[in-house]
Amino acid sequence: MSADIHKQAFVTEAGELLEELEQSLMELENTPDDSDLVAKVFRAMHTIKGSGSMFGFDNLAAFVHGIETAYDLVREGKLAVTQEMIENSLKSCDVIKEMVADETIDSSGGVAAALKNFFAALQGGGASAAKPAEKARERKSSLTTFRVQFKPHEDIFTRGVNVQLLLNEIAELGECKVIAHPENVPYLDELESEKCYVNWDIILTTDKGENAIRDVFIFVEDDCDITITPVAFYDGESADDHERIGEILVEKGDISRIELEAILSEKKRLGEILVEKGAVAPSAIDAALEEQKHIREIKAKKSEAEGMTSIRVQSDKLDFLVDLVGELVTVQARLSQTAARKNEPELLKIAEDVERLVWDLRDNTMSIRMLPIGSTFSKFNRLVRDLSHTLGKKIDLVTEGAETELDKTVIEKLNDPLVHLIRNSIDHGLEMPEERKSAGKKETGTITLSARHSGDSVLIQITDDGRGIDPEKVRRKAIEKGLIAETVELTAKEACELILAPGFSTAEAVSNISGRGVGMDVVKRNIEALKGTLDITSEKGKGTVISLKLPLTLAIIDGLLIKVSDQFFIIPLAVVEECIELTPKDIANSHGRSIIQVRGDIVPYIKLRELFGIRSEVPEIQQIVVTEIDGRRVGFVTDSVIGDHQTVIKSLGKIFKEVHGVSGASILGDGSVALIIDAVKIYHGIE
Amino acid sequence: MGKIILSVDDSASIRQMVKFTLTKEGYEVIEASDGVDALAKITGKKVDMVVTDLNMPNMDGITLIKELRKQAAYKFIPIIMLTTESQDSKKLEGKAAGATGWIVKPFKPEQLLGVVKKVLG
Repeated sequence: MSADIHKQAFVTEAGELLEELEQSLMELENTPDDSDLVAKVFRAMHTIKGSGSMFGFDNLAAFVHGIETAYDLVREGKLAVTQEMIENSLKSCDVIKEMVADETIDSSGGVAAALKNFFAALQGGGASAAKPAEKARERKSSLTTFRVQFKPHEDIFTRGVNVQLLLNEIAELGECKVIAHPENVPYLDELESEKCYVNWDIILTTDKGENAIRDVFIFVEDDCDITITPVAFYDGESADDHERIGEILVEKGDISRIELEAILSEKKRLGEILVEKGAVAPSAIDAALEEQKHIREIKAKKSEAEGMTSIRVQSDKLDFLVDLVGELVTVQARLSQTAARKNEPELLKIAEDVERLVWDLRDNTMSIRMLPIGSTFSKFNRLVRDLSHTLGKKIDLVTEGAETELDKTVIEKLNDPLVHLIRNSIDHGLEMPEERKSAGKKETGTITLSARHSGDSVLIQITDDGRGIDPEKVRRKAIEKGLIAETVELTAKEACELILAPGFSTAEAVSNISGRGVGMDVVKRNIEALKGTLDITSEKGKGTVISLKLPLTLAIIDGLLIKVSDQFFIIPLAVVEECIELTPKDIANSHGRSIIQVRGDIVPYIKLRELFGIRSEVPEIQQIVVTEIDGRRVGFVTDSVIGDHQTVIKSLGKIFKEVHGVSGASILGDGSVALIIDAVKIYHGIE
Repeated sequence: MGKIILSVDDSASIRQMVKFTLTKEGYEVIEASDGVDALAKITGKKVDMVVTDLNMPNMDGITLIKELRKQAAYKFIPIIMLTTESQDSKKLEGKAAGATGWIVKPFKPEQLLGVVKKVLG
């Protein structure tokens, strides 16, 4: 347990501190005016208290508090060191020693209580009582739209504050729109790049209450002006209707009512007039309009949710739709490219609009295909129940994150690997009830199946609290199977990797649950076919965690477009770490080996030109795309890196089944074809 | 690439806890036992964030924060101070020196992580 390590470290540290403390106290006895010594004593007490309370020595912390305060007063010159004080401090050291050795001892009686009273009395009875615990959090409130006006002071950056992070944090609280007001940004020659000139209006609909918003700004309260105003509630009745933009501006103090009414008498769209007249800045109007729109949307959504309807559509119709959107993305890329080449303003404008619409359409279509993974999870309850009967093991299956959404096709293909992994965990991982009992565990083993989003992928974990993977057992088996040499020693991590090697199976007897020839390597390959990764971590005696990382969708991925000679390739952006140059000097330095030094690390690389047999002149400076595969860094050498590319994946057809190193193709804006590089397969092939 | 966090505290057990908690989350941690040690250890190094105690021998946390803010490389990085109780005067002093935020001791690993994520992203 990690907490125990820390406790142990504290006990050792406290021992050292106490020795120092006693020494300092005895010196202080001779020179009571030495401020350095006083500071030393104070710091020692301070550390014992601070660290003590961190690691659960609450009684100790409570006891030391009084002494610390007394020495703080001495430090400030409000109290003089007396013989009695030193005497009692030394006695306190002994009490502290006991309390460190046994954290259950408290200071309610005996010597400790007397000492406590003595030090409390020194502070003139004014020992500040510990502050009352903070008020209990505001109860969960109902859905409310807040207007947050956030005006950072100009020097906020010099405090290491990242405004972007604050805005992101706010956005996590609920439905949120952010409008920036850049009116105060000065002209370039007057601009000081270290200052913050922008302020923001944030319109947020959340059910977490105002305190949650205040919490976000807790560190910057003094460095900015924040006004939080609830502007709409959604508790059934349409309470506060902020439909009129003029009202919003008046309420926020952007304009006075009289001014507004004077302008209103002229009949034009209010926003335009206000800006024309210079009464308010354009961004203030934008903010007000956003607010209006936001509230309307939330209301619409709310009423929609109440009367939620759905229709059933055949899934092949959806697949067809996704195909069409894929084609559309390709055509749109062509349009953008053509527009850029012709450089006609009118055409460019259309191209941009089409691009925006196509992206929205794409995201929307993809979201239709998303299904919660829960439907798959629920099937496993039965599996676990049956297995527990057959094997005589007691098992609890816990599922988390059943609502996590994944592409339908991914979910379908995930079923078999998951069945296999859960079987494995139950069969190899969990122990029999008696064995668990003697190991000091609960008789019932737990298997946790969890899913959650992490970035643009989904992380699925199968966790058991069983016996874990025994590196020694893995080693013996691997030697038996001829996978490793007899002299090889294995770390826990390497053992886990070996389990994933082809031809490995640790089950001592072939049971009818697992060990039927389908090894973990097959599972791993299945996951890799879904562009995912599989990882195992395990602690002997504690259990095993199997992590699957899967992309949200298979139809369109983010890729990095690169070029060798006149052939385009795409590397999935998910595996790309960075791009670096490969100069003739680098090649000379590596003496013919395909490796390069990247900031001190040695990274091997693969030349795509050689791999795909492209015959053409090699440019002087080549590029290396560094990827991370199975935790190792591998570079791919190419002529040039073009940039990121929304890759609509096209399968290559049966004829190309035997082609290795390429997992598909994509059509570029100009109609040419780019091959999608299967970095994982290439890497394993070379290895 | 893991972000680099400098942990400054004269208490070895707190340093250990900070390091343990942060390295588990993929951050890289440089440890220093006081302000002087901290400045020496990071000379010429890239540091993404600092977590410092206030009461330390040789050079205290407030002075360290001031020193760091004087250097261009550390002018805009988040600096979090560890305070005991809610000593408001110390907190204000720290903020005036340029601290980004604070954590009140005792704190739990999750609280530390929460604050690191909040200011470092």
